[in-house]
Amino acid sequence: MRRWVLIALPYAWLLALFLAPFIIVLKISLSDIALARPPYMPQLDFGAGLAGLREFFAALDFENFWFLTTDDLYWKAYLSSLQIAVVSTFLTLLVGYPIAYGMARSAQEWRPTLLMLVILPFWTSFLIRVYAWMGILSTEGLLNQFLIGLGLVSDPLTILNTNTAVYIGIVYTYLPFMILPIYAALEKMDESLLEAAEDLGCSKFSAFWLVTIPLSRNGIIAGCFLVFIPAIGEFVIPSLLGGSDTLMIGKVLWEEFFSNRDWPVASAVAVVLLLILIVPIVLFQRNEQKAREAEG
Amino acid sequence: MRRFSWFNATSLTLGFAFLYLPMVILVIYSFNASKLVTVWAGFSTRWYGELIRNEEFLDAAWVTLKVAFFSSTLATILGTMAAYVLVRAGRFSGRTLFSGMIYAPLVMPEVITGLSLLLLFIGIGLDRGVLTIVLAHTTFSMCYVSVVVSSRLTSFDRSLEEAALDLGCSPFDAFRLVTLPIIAPAVISGWLLAFTLSLDDLVIASFTTGPSATTLPIKIFSAVRLGVSPEINALSTIMIGIVTVGVITASLISKRAAVAQARDEQAAARTT
Repeated sequence: MRRWVLIALPYAWLLALFLAPFIIVLKISLSDIALARPPYMPQLDFGAGLAGLREFFAALDFENFWFLTTDDLYWKAYLSSLQIAVVSTFLTLLVGYPIAYGMARSAQEWRPTLLMLVILPFWTSFLIRVYAWMGILSTEGLLNQFLIGLGLVSDPLTILNTNTAVYIGIVYTYLPFMILPIYAALEKMDESLLEAAEDLGCSKFSAFWLVTIPLSRNGIIAGCFLVFIPAIGEFVIPSLLGGSDTLMIGKVLWEEFFSNRDWPVASAVAVVLLLILIVPIVLFQRNEQKAREAEG
Repeated sequence: MRRFSWFNATSLTLGFAFLYLPMVILVIYSFNASKLVTVWAGFSTRWYGELIRNEEFLDAAWVTLKVAFFSSTLATILGTMAAYVLVRAGRFSGRTLFSGMIYAPLVMPEVITGLSLLLLFIGIGLDRGVLTIVLAHTTFSMCYVSVVVSSRLTSFDRSLEEAALDLGCSPFDAFRLVTLPIIAPAVISGWLLAFTLSLDDLVIASFTTGPSATTLPIKIFSAVRLGVSPEINALSTIMIGIVTVGVITASLISKRAAVAQARDEQAAARTT
C-alpha cells in the first residue's frame, strides 16, 4: 500500500467526522435561534460566493454566551458539575486506594485473577451498572429493607434521586479507572524500601505516609484525572440516580437540545464545557509525559 | 512467605463485594416471580419468557448487534492504519493534528461528541438511522483501537520487518506476513473493545439515531427512566452472562497463548 493512502484514509475520516463537527458546533453556538428547521440562523450559503461569506460572518455574535451568563441555571450547573466531580473523585480515591493496595500486596499467583475481577465490570454495560443501583437505593429498596431490618433506621431513607445517589453511582462505575493506575504504581514499588524505613525507626503508618504514598503519586494523579474528566460531563448517572434538583452540565445540554430544541444555546453550553475540560486534560497529559520520562 | 494482613484481606473483601454485589442482586431479582421488583415472591423465569416475546427488544437487539459489528470492523481497519501511521510513518506535515485527533475523542464528553456529529449529519442532509450510528461509533472507537494497537507496535522488534523487506517482500507483503501476525492479538482485543463500546453506548447513539433505528441501550434507558422493571433485570442478566463468559474465555485463551509462546521460545533457545 502506498504510504500516502495509509495516512490519508484515517486522516480524512477524522477530519470529516471529528474536526468538522466541532467547527459546526462552534459556528452554531455563534448563531441565532430560528423557528424553521434546522432551528438556527444564519445558514452558510455557498451559492452567494464571497459576499455571502461576509454576510455570514457579520451575522455571528456572542449572544448565546452572554445568555449563559445571564441565566443562573448555567453557571450553577457548571459549578455543581465541578463540585460533584471533585467530591466523587476524592471518594473514589478513598475507596479505590485500599483495594489497589491490597491487590499489590497479595500473593503473586492471585494477582492476575484479582486484576481480571477489577476489569470485568468494565466490560459490562455502563447503563446496567448504574441501573443496578436503582433497585438498591429506592425508598422500598434493598438497602432500606436491610437498614430497617437491623433496626438502624425506623423510616426509610431517601437516597435515590438525590446527590448522594449520584456520588455512589460515580464511585461505583469509575472505580476500575482509579484502581488500575494506582495498582500499576504500587506493584512496581520495591518493598525493601519499607523495611529500610522501619529499620530506621519509622512507625508502620509513617512509613506508609512517607514512602508508599509518594511512590504511588503518579498512579494517584492519573487515577484522579481518569475519574474527574469523564465525571464532569456525565449524563446517565445524574439522569437515572439524581433528582430533579441535581444539576449537571451533561444533563442540561441534553435537555436544552432534546426538550427545548435550542440548538445554538446547546452548542454554546458544549463549547464552554470543552473550555473547562482543557485545563485538566492538559495537566493529565503533562503528568503522563513526566511519568514516561521518569521511567525511560 | 508473606505475612497475612487483616487490613489487606478486609479491604479486598469489602472492595470486591462493593463491585459485585449490585450485579449479583440484579441477577437474583431477575428470577423474582413478583412484578414488584423489591419484594421476593419465589423463583420464576417468567420475565425471560416475556422478554423473548417482546418484539421491540428483539428488534433493538438486532439493530445494536448490526451497528456494533460494522462499526467495530471499520474501526479496527482504520484504527490499525492510524496506529501504523503514528508509530511508523515518521514525520509528515499535519502529524501533530493527526495525533491530537486520535487522542481527543478518548477524553471528550459523550454529549459533545454526540451533539457535534448530529449537527454534522443534519448539515450535510444525511438521513439518520443505522448508517449514522455506525459512522459515529466508528469515529470514536477507532481511536481506542489505535491506542491499543500502537502500544503493541512500539514494543515489537522492527528489524523483523526490515529483514522481510531485504528478502524481497513488498511493503504490503511485509505487513501482511510479518507485522500483522505479530500484532494480531492487539488487533483482536481492539476489535473486542470497539464492539463492546458500541454495544454499551447510549448517549452518542441517542444523538445520532433517527426514528428508524432504536438500539438496545436507548430502549433500556427509556424503560428504566421511570423506575426498575423486571424485564430489564432479565435482559441485564443475559448481557452480564455473555460478557462474563466472553472475558473468562478470552483470558484463558491468552493465557494458553502465552504458555505456548514461552515453550516455543525455549525450544528456539535450545536449537541455537
